[in-house]
Amino acid sequence: MNVPIPFHWALMRDAAGHWCLEADGMVHARVTVARAFPISAPDDAVSVLDADGHELLWIDDLAALDEARRERIEAALASREFTPVIEAILAISSISTPSRWTVRTDRGNTELLLPGEEALQRVGGSSLLVADAAGVQYLIRDIPALDRASRKFLERFL
Amino acid sequence: MSQPILDVDAWSRAATAHLSSDEALLAIAETDLDAARRFQPGAVALSTSRILSLQWLDRRVHVVGEWPLRDGELSLIDHAGVVSLDWRSGETLLARWELRLGLQPAAQSLVDAWHRWREGDEALSAANCRACGVEVPVGVVLCETCAEDEQPPSTLTLLRLWRFARPYRSRLLLGFVLTMLATSATLVPPYLTKPLMDKLLIPYQNGQDLDKQLVSLYMFGLLAAALVGWGLGWARTYVLARVSERIGADLRTATFEHLLNQSVSYFGSKRTGDLMARIGAETERINLFLSLHLLDFATDVLMIGMTAAVLFSINPWLALVTLLPLPVIGYLIHVVRDRLRRGFERADRIWSEVTNVLADTIPGIRVVKAFAQEGREAGRFHAANRHNLEINDRVNKVWSMFAPSVTLLTEIGLLVVWTFGIWQVSNDEITVGTLAAFIAYIGRFYTRLDSMSRIVSHTQKAAAGAKRIFDILDHQSNVPEPAQPRPLPPVQGRIQLDDVSFRYGNRQVIRRLSLDIRPGEMIGVVGHSGSGKSTLVNLVCRFHDPSEGAVRVDGIDVRELAVADYRRNIGLVLQEPFLFFGTIAENIAYGRPDAGRAEVVAAARAANAHEFIMRLPHGYDSLVGERGQSLSGGERQRISIARALLIDPRILILDEATSSVDSTTEKAIQAALDNLVRGRTTIAIAHRLSTLRKADRLVVLDRGEMVETGTHDELMARRGAYYALHQAQARQAEALLEDGVVGTGAVADGGVA
Repeated sequence: MNVPIPFHWALMRDAAGHWCLEADGMVHARVTVARAFPISAPDDAVSVLDADGHELLWIDDLAALDEARRERIEAALASREFTPVIEAILAISSISTPSRWTVRTDRGNTELLLPGEEALQRVGGSSLLVADAAGVQYLIRDIPALDRASRKFLERFL
Repeated sequence: MSQPILDVDAWSRAATAHLSSDEALLAIAETDLDAARRFQPGAVALSTSRILSLQWLDRRVHVVGEWPLRDGELSLIDHAGVVSLDWRSGETLLARWELRLGLQPAAQSLVDAWHRWREGDEALSAANCRACGVEVPVGVVLCETCAEDEQPPSTLTLLRLWRFARPYRSRLLLGFVLTMLATSATLVPPYLTKPLMDKLLIPYQNGQDLDKQLVSLYMFGLLAAALVGWGLGWARTYVLARVSERIGADLRTATFEHLLNQSVSYFGSKRTGDLMARIGAETERINLFLSLHLLDFATDVLMIGMTAAVLFSINPWLALVTLLPLPVIGYLIHVVRDRLRRGFERADRIWSEVTNVLADTIPGIRVVKAFAQEGREAGRFHAANRHNLEINDRVNKVWSMFAPSVTLLTEIGLLVVWTFGIWQVSNDEITVGTLAAFIAYIGRFYTRLDSMSRIVSHTQKAAAGAKRIFDILDHQSNVPEPAQPRPLPPVQGRIQLDDVSFRYGNRQVIRRLSLDIRPGEMIGVVGHSGSGKSTLVNLVCRFHDPSEGAVRVDGIDVRELAVADYRRNIGLVLQEPFLFFGTIAENIAYGRPDAGRAEVVAAARAANAHEFIMRLPHGYDSLVGERGQSLSGGERQRISIARALLIDPRILILDEATSSVDSTTEKAIQAALDNLVRGRTTIAIAHRLSTLRKADRLVVLDRGEMVETGTHDELMARRGAYYALHQAQARQAEALLEDGVVGTGAVADGGVA
């Protein structure tokens, strides 16, 4: 299986605001950009897929790209991704589920509703995905790195 | 039973007595059924010139038939648990003996001996142990060592826990010493009762002044004893509870590790719920017993011993009377013990029944709901629960009577001491203080007896739990690790099945199958369901060992290799791929956890899985498996193919890898499989013949036998079993087309794509 690495490529935004990829002279409209390991190695590999989900471009190492291209990729990723990273749990409404949590994230303070204990899923070693009742996933990157109070709250559910 | 059961020796002696002087006994096999298949002890003896039929009639051994060896053919077949030993001459059946499957090994030895005789083998009288191969006397199946291993484990199961306690023996000793000290401390306060009465209270009542200094001395003594007792009690409980918690954890780990080494057929014959209960609940129960009940009991025994010593030192006669109820209580405990143990064992089994209903129903919930059988399952659970209640009610009837009886005896014991004590005081044999000290001692003493009586049930429960744990630990895997495994050189991939037979329970699943697979060759195995295809694969993977014959890889019998070493060379893709809970990357790297991200992605690409993985919101970090992201059958299958690809095995097994997906998905999977198969020895099982188009050779199985082998074209030209299968599938496909079933179905998808 060959890895699609075009000789020349450029990612850009069309007038309607969709991302398109120009690769070796072909222009693909409405492409999506996705990280291969968004949690365990977010800056590692990135893939550009066409509207049907076929891969057009594989970038082995995002960090190794030149700055202009990387910024484009990051921008495209930012327009698609939404995984707030929880930095601290400020309060919980109850220790039984459903429980309303007040959290501080990298995108500001907010509230989320934890529907059940199964909505907390460990990913890899010490990361935790929190899927709230509305379907948004929050990420706790490193549980031991949380402050004491947050860990105390979390222990009630894990 | 009026008939005595004769052992092999008795049969041998009877047969030998019948032989002429120049004749020797070669083999003997017991039979246990007559011509009408009613139970009837008998035997078949093979001598150097004759075959003899023996029967037990009128309390004697009779020779009921004999045939010269030159005349016939001996053969063994079995069906539904009954083995038939046939003696025929050409097409004529001369004699048939029948026996239950349990006696089959001896019958097999007899047939083997006959074969050796026919081939003029010199080592005529040699027989070998069926289990270990050591030479044994004629007619004996297992050598002494192996026969001993088959004995049930002893009832002193709890003592076997010592194996797990040994690593902690120094800490156990510390705990024991602490227990002794703590118990001694608790014996001080009652002892002080005597001087308190005799030296302070009674003189005061008789008009003397209280000695304030002495009062404070005794009060301080009481406080100090209490404090020391508290400290020591805390230390001993802490030390011993820690140790027992560790023993419990070791036990759990050992059981699970042992379980993981069992063969696949072991798991097939056990229920998940039962195994889970054993590892979880039973180890917890043993743990609780060790940390709490046994500890308390030991303390109590110490306390009773020390108390008895103190009492005797004060006044032997009163001590004797005080200790009198003890044997009575001991007897009572003994009587109830047996009934309780049986009761608790039954209660345990019934409890497994309850959990089994859960373990059966919850994974199969879709089937339950689809067939609207919720009511039935609820009923089943209800019945199991009711059964559980009944058993427990019966146990509780005995149990509930037990504790009050002990209390009653305690009261009676106290009454005896009071009566005897008052009588002695009135005779001026003892002081009031002595009587008070006795009453204070036995007040504690008898309450301990009450709690001690509970040890009976705890011990029984823990012993029942230990037995169930050791049932697992004692079970030797039937794919045993060789004592001295041969190192496995880099595998080329040649697989030879050498006259392999396999029996599952009483069913012969594979019969004398021989197959030689070249390195890199792809073999397609076809046949009806139940023809033994999956068993064949299980034998190659060494999930089972063949009953007879051998599986060789690069000429080495797989039984000589370390199981894990060998399996590392096998990639397995199953019909229902199992994904563990975890990320996709972890699942792909299951066989090689050290694989780098780039390797994982490369394997996924080769398995045609990369693109759909990238479409998932978290890419390779998406969680799958139970509780994880739901994937379609085809997607799961491609992940399992990537898993197999990543370990880069020399041998590849595809067990119906594409039969549970539609044909579009099948195409995607087939492309992935083509990548996987390249350059590897492959055994592919498929129901759909079309998926085997790339096979170098096809093997057609029917009822465990290989009926045809060759390429697709050869087999089609032969117009045999393969041809019939092929035609049947072609007709089926046509019928589907004609019925118009396929408007949105599988075949149409394939056509458009």
